[in-house]
Amino acid sequence: MNDRPFIVGGLLVFVVFVTTPIWHGVAARQVALAPLELKLPSREKHCVAPVSYMRTSHMQLLNEWRTDVVRNQQRQYTAYDGKVYDMNLTRTCLSGCHGSQKEFCDRCHTYNGAAALNCWNCHSDAPPAARNLP
Amino acid sequence: MKITRKQFLQLSGLSLIAMASKRLLRGTGSSASTESPKTIRWGMAIDVQKCRRKEGCNGCIKACHSAHNVPQFSDHAHEVKWVWKQPFEDAFPFAQTEYTREVFAGAPVLLLCNHCDDPPCQDVCPVDATWRTDNGVVTIDWHRCIGCRYCMAACPYGSRSFNWQDPRPAIPTVNPDFPTRTKGVVEKCNFCEERLAKKLTPLCVEACEEKALVFGDLEQPDSQIRKLLRSRFAVQRKPELGSGPSVYYLI
Amino acid sequence: MLMFEKAFTGSCRYWLWITCLLLVVLAGFACYLRQLAHGLVITGLSRDVTWGLYIAQFTFFVGIAASAVTVVLPYYLHDCKEFARVTILGELLAVSAVTMSGLFIFVDLGQPARIFNVLLHPQPQSVMFWDMIALSGYFLINTVIAMGALNAGREHASPPNWIRALAIVSIPWAISIHTVTAFLYSGLPGRTYWLTAILAPRFLASAFSSGPALLILLCLAMRKLTAFDVGGEAIHKLAVIVTYATAINIFFILTEVFTAFYSEIPAHEESFEYLFIGLGGDYHLVPWMWLSFLLSLVALTLLLVPRWRTNPRLLVIACLCIFVSIWLEKGLGLIIGGLVPSPLGAITRYAPTLPEWTIVCGIWAIGTVMTTALYKITLSVWEEN
Repeated sequence: MNDRPFIVGGLLVFVVFVTTPIWHGVAARQVALAPLELKLPSREKHCVAPVSYMRTSHMQLLNEWRTDVVRNQQRQYTAYDGKVYDMNLTRTCLSGCHGSQKEFCDRCHTYNGAAALNCWNCHSDAPPAARNLP
Repeated sequence: MKITRKQFLQLSGLSLIAMASKRLLRGTGSSASTESPKTIRWGMAIDVQKCRRKEGCNGCIKACHSAHNVPQFSDHAHEVKWVWKQPFEDAFPFAQTEYTREVFAGAPVLLLCNHCDDPPCQDVCPVDATWRTDNGVVTIDWHRCIGCRYCMAACPYGSRSFNWQDPRPAIPTVNPDFPTRTKGVVEKCNFCEERLAKKLTPLCVEACEEKALVFGDLEQPDSQIRKLLRSRFAVQRKPELGSGPSVYYLI
Repeated sequence: MLMFEKAFTGSCRYWLWITCLLLVVLAGFACYLRQLAHGLVITGLSRDVTWGLYIAQFTFFVGIAASAVTVVLPYYLHDCKEFARVTILGELLAVSAVTMSGLFIFVDLGQPARIFNVLLHPQPQSVMFWDMIALSGYFLINTVIAMGALNAGREHASPPNWIRALAIVSIPWAISIHTVTAFLYSGLPGRTYWLTAILAPRFLASAFSSGPALLILLCLAMRKLTAFDVGGEAIHKLAVIVTYATAINIFFILTEVFTAFYSEIPAHEESFEYLFIGLGGDYHLVPWMWLSFLLSLVALTLLLVPRWRTNPRLLVIACLCIFVSIWLEKGLGLIIGGLVPSPLGAITRYAPTLPEWTIVCGIWAIGTVMTTALYKITLSVWEEN
């Protein structure tokens, strides 16, 4: 069968191509082996939702906040402990609690290549002066 | 009990229809029984004479564009603007004749999204990225907009702008309290919806030193804007098109 | 199913043609990558002229796609035996044309990655939603019919009944795809040039004029390059269709001109003035619009006289003339005329940039590759019989 080299060759090219994210990521990134330390917010003692939920589903929460603000014009979020927050990425999430995009969000989202964020194409990082404001 | 295939299919079909119609009835019934709450319809009245008192005045435009991170492109073809001025003959085409030219020739008229009651832009958007809120504000979801620009073709007033390129380099100073937009989405005046939520008036209204802009609830008979519309003669842009603008011009 | 392997066997000339086309596709793709990086600023579009060559080409090729009905209707509904060979060519041309239309929409989007929002958040009140449904459905219908016809041809059998039923369905569907496309424009209150009930009939007339004209040219090319001959009768009947459609199209345009200029309503006159006389110091479209009108008159004259219509060389000239004429009028004039003057009376000059033209040529090349490959498959199936 004189097609065998083409078939095998084509399959090899395909396998290389489809596994690109693996070997390209491994080669390009310097993987830090120590566990990631995330600074906890200094001012707030309670999270807007249970910490375990935030760890697993913060993107879902953010999407819900986005839908509430943009599509339903609702800006007040009542947390599980009854506290009311203003649903605002820059002022509440960053300035209010987690400091800045680089200090917090990027630490994971650029470290392990977890879903590259496009929030920052539009939303601003917390302004430096405001980071110390309540 | 023996049942033929035909009988089984007939029974299943009838059951499905019964379930679906029950859902449908419940849906229509609930919407009919809910009492519609008192509605707000935000509107604006622009006093053309007060607006043109100070020549070259553009405080409202500066306030709006700086707070909302509207990019400043020098290239007229790609400009992005939420509120701007144009001569009377552009805003009200064919309204002026050779005998009335002297009064209005070149008189600047403030233009912005009319936040229509029945917006053509809402009708045409294929992804529901632009719609009229319950308060009468026509808003845009910049997360959903696919940049097809159908809304721009549909708008009879030329109120919408498109981001032909990344706007951030053209923003003089970014206001962190309001998002910027990306390239590839449409934007326009949002009636300062983020300020209305905090019971504040739009920035242009607040910034106007001549108090030429009056903002209020058109549904409230005793609001300032309604009183003004009862006392002064007001026109709208292209009212014959049936879009129901919420912006009035006091000539 | 679709016997793709038949498109991979061909002469040197065939492969040279495909390679040249793929190079054009590559150039177009490179320019599109640049457009993705920088935004639509690389085109000639502006705040006033927000739609241009891309959307105009979309409109034009939906028309070409719809024109398949001019061969499907006589063959499947009226058993017109002369169209036995040309019908499959018409259906395959429709498949390529619909693909091109979809691609033109895609490259026009500011946020193409979000295109699935149209499916995730359907808006039945938007004509664009129905356009998507109509065009996707038409693509599927024609692909299935063509597959069925080709497979039947390979088995030396006539197409099964359900294929015939599907072909009957494709007739009103073809009418509807171009009507829906016209409704995209003719329901917009602010655009006087487009706000006319006759826009949909005009679209159909120009489609049935330019589509069969292209089909005739393709059939004559097939006859010259291969042994596949659709037959003189089929060509002649197509030419008659083009004749009637051209006459009706010119008539429709003249009725529009009458309404605009007899009523003397400035808003109705302005767009015609801009396109045919010039307005606000901008005359750059005037020669093209008059060329379009002239070409359509030349084509109609050549087609009306039977002695000229049956002359192969003159027929080719007539088909080229009407195709270019309608391309200029529908693939350029229609869109710009609707957007200029702007709602605030601005005259903004629009001229496509080089990257814009390259992307357009790239999509044309994709359509040509598709048509070539599909016709090659048809040829192979026919040759085997």
